[in-house]
Amino acid sequence: MRFTLFATDALFFSLILVAVAYVFYASRREHLRAPWRRVARNSLAMAAATVLATFLVIAILDSIHFFPRLAAVDGDEGEIQYASEVISLFDLMVGPVRRQVEKTYSAPFAIYAFSKETIELEDGQTVRDYPRLVYGGAHLADIHERNSDIAKRIVIGVSGALVVWLGLASIVFFWISHKASITFRVGFVRALSGGAPGPARTLMVTTAIIAVVIGLCAVLAPYYHIFGTDKVGTDVLYQALKSIRTGLIIGTLTTLVMLPFAVLLGISAGYFRGWIDDVIQYLYTTLSSIPGVLLIASAALLLDVYMTKHADEFTSLVARADLRLLALCVILGITSWTSLCRLLRGETMKLREVDFVEAARAFGVRHTTIILRHMVPNIMHIVMISIVLDFSGLVLAEAVLSYINIGVDPSMESWGNMINSARLELAREPIVWWSLLAALVFMFILVLAANLFADAVRDAFDPRLRVIS
Amino acid sequence: MISYIVRRIAYAIPILIGVNIITFILFFVVNSPDDMARLQLGERRVTQEAIDKWKAERGYDRPLIWNAPADGVKKFSETIFFTNSIRLFMFDFGQSDSGRDIGYDISQRMWPSLAIAVPVLVIGLLLTITLALTVAFFRGTYLDTWAVVLCVAMMSISGLFYIIGGQYLVGKLLHLVPISGFDSGIASVKFILLPVAIGVVGGLGSGIRWYRTIFLEEINKDYVRTARAKGLSESAVLYVHVLRNALIPILTGVVVILPSLFMGSLITEAFFGIPGLGSYTIDAIQRQDFAIVRSMVFLGSFLYIIGLLLTDLSYTVVDPRVRLQ
Repeated sequence: MRFTLFATDALFFSLILVAVAYVFYASRREHLRAPWRRVARNSLAMAAATVLATFLVIAILDSIHFFPRLAAVDGDEGEIQYASEVISLFDLMVGPVRRQVEKTYSAPFAIYAFSKETIELEDGQTVRDYPRLVYGGAHLADIHERNSDIAKRIVIGVSGALVVWLGLASIVFFWISHKASITFRVGFVRALSGGAPGPARTLMVTTAIIAVVIGLCAVLAPYYHIFGTDKVGTDVLYQALKSIRTGLIIGTLTTLVMLPFAVLLGISAGYFRGWIDDVIQYLYTTLSSIPGVLLIASAALLLDVYMTKHADEFTSLVARADLRLLALCVILGITSWTSLCRLLRGETMKLREVDFVEAARAFGVRHTTIILRHMVPNIMHIVMISIVLDFSGLVLAEAVLSYINIGVDPSMESWGNMINSARLELAREPIVWWSLLAALVFMFILVLAANLFADAVRDAFDPRLRVIS
Repeated sequence: MISYIVRRIAYAIPILIGVNIITFILFFVVNSPDDMARLQLGERRVTQEAIDKWKAERGYDRPLIWNAPADGVKKFSETIFFTNSIRLFMFDFGQSDSGRDIGYDISQRMWPSLAIAVPVLVIGLLLTITLALTVAFFRGTYLDTWAVVLCVAMMSISGLFYIIGGQYLVGKLLHLVPISGFDSGIASVKFILLPVAIGVVGGLGSGIRWYRTIFLEEINKDYVRTARAKGLSESAVLYVHVLRNALIPILTGVVVILPSLFMGSLITEAFFGIPGLGSYTIDAIQRQDFAIVRSMVFLGSFLYIIGLLLTDLSYTVVDPRVRLQ
């Protein structure tokens, strides 16, 4: 296979590198370690973090793109041929689910199509009936076995997942008990009874649930469409999983785009005051007075114009969709830096009057040094809080924007696009609900986890809140 | 007081000019009118004559900001910048790309938007304050904890779900109200009920949580301790003293969105087929009608700036400690 790196992939990976560097940096500084320890002791936050980590792993797997190698044709073995279609490592892992495309809609766990078709029988006669699906339940010899087959697979999936989970958990426990110099049995009992430090029991339950869900998908998805199929017959579960990457990229890259603006301008406005402050204040008041949706819509319209004009520059549909995703992040970033900038300006103004900054000035320390050494570390908690608080809002915004056709490219999998295309089918009788439900459920899980985690981070980092509670 | 108001207005004008310049740059400099014409008329197989005709019909055939061949004041006034951007200051929105008078459309369409937005705001505010105060009353108990968890869960549900779910449940299963549409006068009530209810419910989660923090911040203040020390009951402290003082940040926070109510809600109006300004904007975005989108950007910013102005003024009215500097 030949790897390829899209612009969003590169930025996403560099963002992860930055996060890893931050973890390394924070782990050596007590004033940063203390709030994170407080987050780690919050069991709800750790459950949320586990869910977020699972989503993140899927998004990372889905961000490693490559052209798969084609099977060598006889007599043409010298040259290696690559497919023209880009797939990701995630596509490779889910294998059959990606390729099992039906003709059109089918309900969850269905083995018959959603609409009637004219079928030719073996004796040449034709009847109008619901045809069997090409893939969904195709392995069943007798259609009445479907429910027992599903039940059998559920049992296998759950028990398999639990066995694997128990194995992995035992290894972790063995390691922890070894480090804490207690016997394995004592450690295990203590963790189960809630006596261990930190939210060990919550973590165990959460990981067990995630393992069971993955196990169920692994045994059911290759044989049935768990969430049905959409209009062109693609598996809805596969679509919803692919959308995770889109959601995470919008939620994180947008912050990456806006952070330099907000931090640089916010600090300079608050620190230097005078005309610099006036200019920056004018800039962000003007930008923030334009209604966000309208600014995004205008920018998206202009992007459309640009893409029509430069249609030849995009090598493939995927590259085009990727650029559009990046552009959306940039646009969202430009519209959302103002509130953080205002916060940072206020905080810097308070900070510059504090004694240690005045002392530094009196010693003749240069402005850049004061800013880097005294300002930046002391406003980082605000940046941290706003990054995690913004994330869930951005994921929700993506769905709304895609609904007005100013979000991500229609060819890209995203929850917004899923809702948008499913909305037209609500008037159908019987109603096509699964696409909509899958998108909303996935979005709900991600946003809920992000909100819970963000709350814990805010509580841990905001000194003002600690006084109140 | 009057000099303060004048100063605030004087401060708002450069911002409005800034907005105007940004929209001008976005719509005419980043992409030339030729590009717009090409997008509207179809991708490639379009002749230069057709483009010129399209531009001439809409007045986009003028130079951008400086008309050198013209004489006198027309050097400035016969330009796209003057006819399409400066005129917005006089609320002369001109014609949409499909030839309709935008100003007339706006004056017609703002009433349905208000019919939805005002009830959502009033009912939502009353309900949110009541519930948040109740939650604050039970602070520190299980009720409080679970109410906050419920709020976070409600915040995490996409707004689209409230609309789609509400339409399906109330409109399609129960057949209580029509799913979408609008009517004039008193007959419009049955069309308004569902969007208003959904608008209120959709905002409850974040609203209750936000107001609860405001109430809790007030509860920790000295005057509350004084009131308790006087021997007032907890409910008297909460519903009289705390509520009154907490209303200051709540109401001044509402003032800023008051003028923007005219703009309506994009998604709600589109889903319920309400002929307001929100659906007008969405239609324009989807038809790629640049003239309407430009006008709405200007109108929206103008209303927001008015909102900021009103917020500043309301602070001076409700809080005498704010000095007019």
